[in-house]
Amino acid sequence: MKPSGYNLDTTFAALADPTRRAILARLATGEATVNELAEPFDMSQPAISKHLKVLERAGLITRGREAQRRPRRLEPGPLTEATDWIERYRKIWQANYQRLDALLREMKSAQKKTVDALVNEKPKPRKRKRP
Amino acid sequence: MTKTAPLRVSTPTDRDAVITRVVEAPRGMVFDAHTKPKLVQRWLLGPPGWTMPVCEIDLRVGGRYRYEWRSADGQSMGMGGTFKEVVRPTRIVATQVFDQDWTGGETIVSTDIVEKNGKSTITTTVRFASREARDAALQTGMTTGMEAGYERLEQLLEEITHG
Repeated sequence: MKPSGYNLDTTFAALADPTRRAILARLATGEATVNELAEPFDMSQPAISKHLKVLERAGLITRGREAQRRPRRLEPGPLTEATDWIERYRKIWQANYQRLDALLREMKSAQKKTVDALVNEKPKPRKRKRP
Repeated sequence: MTKTAPLRVSTPTDRDAVITRVVEAPRGMVFDAHTKPKLVQRWLLGPPGWTMPVCEIDLRVGGRYRYEWRSADGQSMGMGGTFKEVVRPTRIVATQVFDQDWTGGETIVSTDIVEKNGKSTITTTVRFASREARDAALQTGMTTGMEAGYERLEQLLEEITHG
């Protein structure tokens, strides 16, 4: 279950900032230089560079080879692992509660039988939700 | 299948994730289903194909619990913790840490059960070690993923909204 290549903590820490998320969203549409990335944010280039460093360390982005522009691009690997984790978490809760529903139906039915026996009544036919 | 009740997720404070679900049963039964190993093993299983061969619960303040799951293809997963509050049939608070530590440190999980008109609302509050850990688990990854056009995340949000 443990992700092989990336550290989820690092990924999540990198994602826990709105500017960095916006940068990733921008890079999802294609590579961009630091200047291009700084533009929409009303932030200084050093401030953007700081965010880029965090994203780079988390393996979420890489730098292009072009010496001058060095465009940043999105690396989907760690993001996919992070979202896989969330999907698993969500699905687990959902599947669990569906099973809990079934279990509780069964417990209620069992309890009713016991109560019926205790008060010595003829058990009434119960409505069944499922065929 | 009968219609499934919605599963609600919210983030009322920095470190909390709150999951709410209504079930059609009185609270005593719901409490048992959360605390008796034989019952817990029936539903707390996660994805399809997983079973829970180990379920040990020492239900008292300071008592420990240990859960282990196994998948059909041989994967395994484990977690455990210590009970901090046990109030039958309304509240359970326990620490929780996965062996693989997916959650960025120990979480504290509170389960509150409120009964009304024969139905019980189960409110599970997961307090993460940090805001970052929680955001990562619940919001950030999802938002980013959506923006990045990850298809299955839309499906995921669909599930959150409509249960």
